Amino acid sequence: MTKDRGGDVRLSGISKTYGSFTAVEPLDLTVPQGSFFALLGASGCGKTTTLRMIAGLEEPTSGTVSLGDQDVTRLPPYKRPVNTVFQSYALFPHLDIFENVAFGLRRRGIKSVKKQVEEMLDLVQLGEQARKKPHQLSGGQQQRVAVARALINHPKVLLLDEPLGALDLKLRRQMQLELKRIQTEVGITFIHVTHDQEEAMTMADTVAVMNAGRVEQLGSPADLYENPQTTFVANFLGTSNLIEAEVDTHSGDEIVLTAGGGKLTLPQARCSAPTTTGGKVVVGVRPEKITLTHADDAGDIPEGRNRITGKIADTSFIGVSTQYVIDSPVCPEFEVYAQNIDRDTRLAPGAEVVLHWSPAHTFGLDAAQSLLAGTVGSAGVETAEPEAGVTVR
Amino acid sequence: MTTLTEAPPPLAPGPAATDEKPPRRRGRLTPYWLLLPGILWLLLFFALPLVYQASTSVQTGSLEEGYKVTWHFATYWDALSAYWPQFMRSVLYAGTATALCLLLGYPLAYLIAFRAGRWRNLILILVIAPFFTSFLIRTLAWKTILADGGPVVGALGSLHLLDVTSTLGITAGDRVLATPLAVVCGLTYNFLPFMILPLYTSLERIDGRLHEAAGDLYAKPFTTFRKVTFPLSMPGVVSGTLLTFIPASGDYVNADLLGSTDTRMVGNVIQTQFLRTLDYPTAAALSFILMAAILLIVTLYIRKSGTEDLV
Repeated sequence: MTKDRGGDVRLSGISKTYGSFTAVEPLDLTVPQGSFFALLGASGCGKTTTLRMIAGLEEPTSGTVSLGDQDVTRLPPYKRPVNTVFQSYALFPHLDIFENVAFGLRRRGIKSVKKQVEEMLDLVQLGEQARKKPHQLSGGQQQRVAVARALINHPKVLLLDEPLGALDLKLRRQMQLELKRIQTEVGITFIHVTHDQEEAMTMADTVAVMNAGRVEQLGSPADLYENPQTTFVANFLGTSNLIEAEVDTHSGDEIVLTAGGGKLTLPQARCSAPTTTGGKVVVGVRPEKITLTHADDAGDIPEGRNRITGKIADTSFIGVSTQYVIDSPVCPEFEVYAQNIDRDTRLAPGAEVVLHWSPAHTFGLDAAQSLLAGTVGSAGVETAEPEAGVTVR
Repeated sequence: MTTLTEAPPPLAPGPAATDEKPPRRRGRLTPYWLLLPGILWLLLFFALPLVYQASTSVQTGSLEEGYKVTWHFATYWDALSAYWPQFMRSVLYAGTATALCLLLGYPLAYLIAFRAGRWRNLILILVIAPFFTSFLIRTLAWKTILADGGPVVGALGSLHLLDVTSTLGITAGDRVLATPLAVVCGLTYNFLPFMILPLYTSLERIDGRLHEAAGDLYAKPFTTFRKVTFPLSMPGVVSGTLLTFIPASGDYVNADLLGSTDTRMVGNVIQTQFLRTLDYPTAAALSFILMAAILLIVTLYIRKSGTEDLV
């Protein structure tokens, strides 16, 4: 694949309002050519509207859409070198699979489509189904036809609007890998819209987390997961334990905080909020970073680790790990995931425990936001996605 | 149905389950009981008259002496050779009216289905509204509209179109009434809703995202219509044209009220044979020929449009 950057998708100040409702706030975004980019957010966050504006199916209220050097803002969809895989696939029911895939080529006046269509059907492993009608295929097969129908046109950008939403969990996993494979193979820019954080993290190189028409944070999946900048991102991607703390002292690159009488250390570099002494900060830590030690062995915990005491409220055995819910004075429902290597049988509900973790795994957030933003059940988050590690098979 | 009734309620206690056996047996017959009124209706008002007409068509005799079944099939040939111009005219007028209905009805149905927004129901009611008045009254109203010196004649005259239509033979001199044009206009007007409603139903069922998908795949709006919308509306086109063509080819009211002796359709001949000439065998034979002709045309049409699986 060529390495020129002529295929970057650039959104400049793009916004969309419907009457008094703002679906997308003015947004600047650059998607580099050849990348797998995910727009992640709950329904109604503006991710699909953003995608539709790139496709030309929706006209932006303000701003411009450029593909490489070409401003395509005013171009109708049929003139844009962009193709979409629709949420419901939108396969043409009166045409067979072959003709569905050939549709785009034929519209551009290409006469001999047979070889290309057959190659494309082989790529998505549907060579045998060419003469069937869409309704004769399973959901997963229809989904692959939708991908083939879009990809065959060699678009500069492939837009995927929740393409896996209608599939069951197992098939979805399989298709995630499949799509990732195809993307690597063809090297086309993919922009993938999804509300499934796991899907976004498995597939994309770069994820933009959207909330209420704005991009909350943009980065690689690992970066977003390890260094969330807002409580929404911290809660929406995986699970976070969030604690309200007060800034006590600064010492070098570290901030010492007080929470519920105890002291916690936070690296300055991992804090996205202003830290004035006496000010409030939200401190977070991921459940799998925490080690659980029975209170009797508290003396064995190495120095320099952040520690919190509490009492086990609930445990659930998952197989690869055990999930604990701990009642602690600083946080009512602290979640801890422990790998089942050597299980300490004393760690049962009611046991007094010490939770401790490396300060390097702590992140600090601005305290002026809801601790619950982005959690299941809060505004804008509708689906209870299985949490990381609770892979139901 | 049966699998549903056969599945015992999961929480029913033992004795109750045995009590349920008789209703289950009755349940199996329910579909037939429900069909009975329809079957009786068909037998009484369709099958019986058909048999009666079939026997009438092969009778000979006179009104005074009475008619007897003599298996006189020559009546069919005689009727066909005497009245083939009326048959041809019926097919021609009904076909033209159907084509006009499709041309007028399709854009309207498209508009209602995709563009009307909140006006959709109002426009649909307006489409059906003419049915609130009698068919006869509405056809008589067309007599006034097309009358000599009326608005249509005036407009066509001032545009010098009457000369053109006269040359084409669809109007006569400076008259529109009592010409083929008037009859076709009447047929088109009267059967238009039968075209619009099925078209609307099939257009309305088309998923709007298919239009978006076609646009996304480089189809210009008109190409989208040609390659996606129109093929998907074929069930509506087929049922609309059938619902228009079949009754229009047997119609005699429009030709009677708006036409002249030169525009008589086969329906008018049958009516005259039955009610004026009282030549029942010929009338019955003509009815059967018409029925056979329509069946043949419809079968060929459905084959041709390749929509057996869509209708």
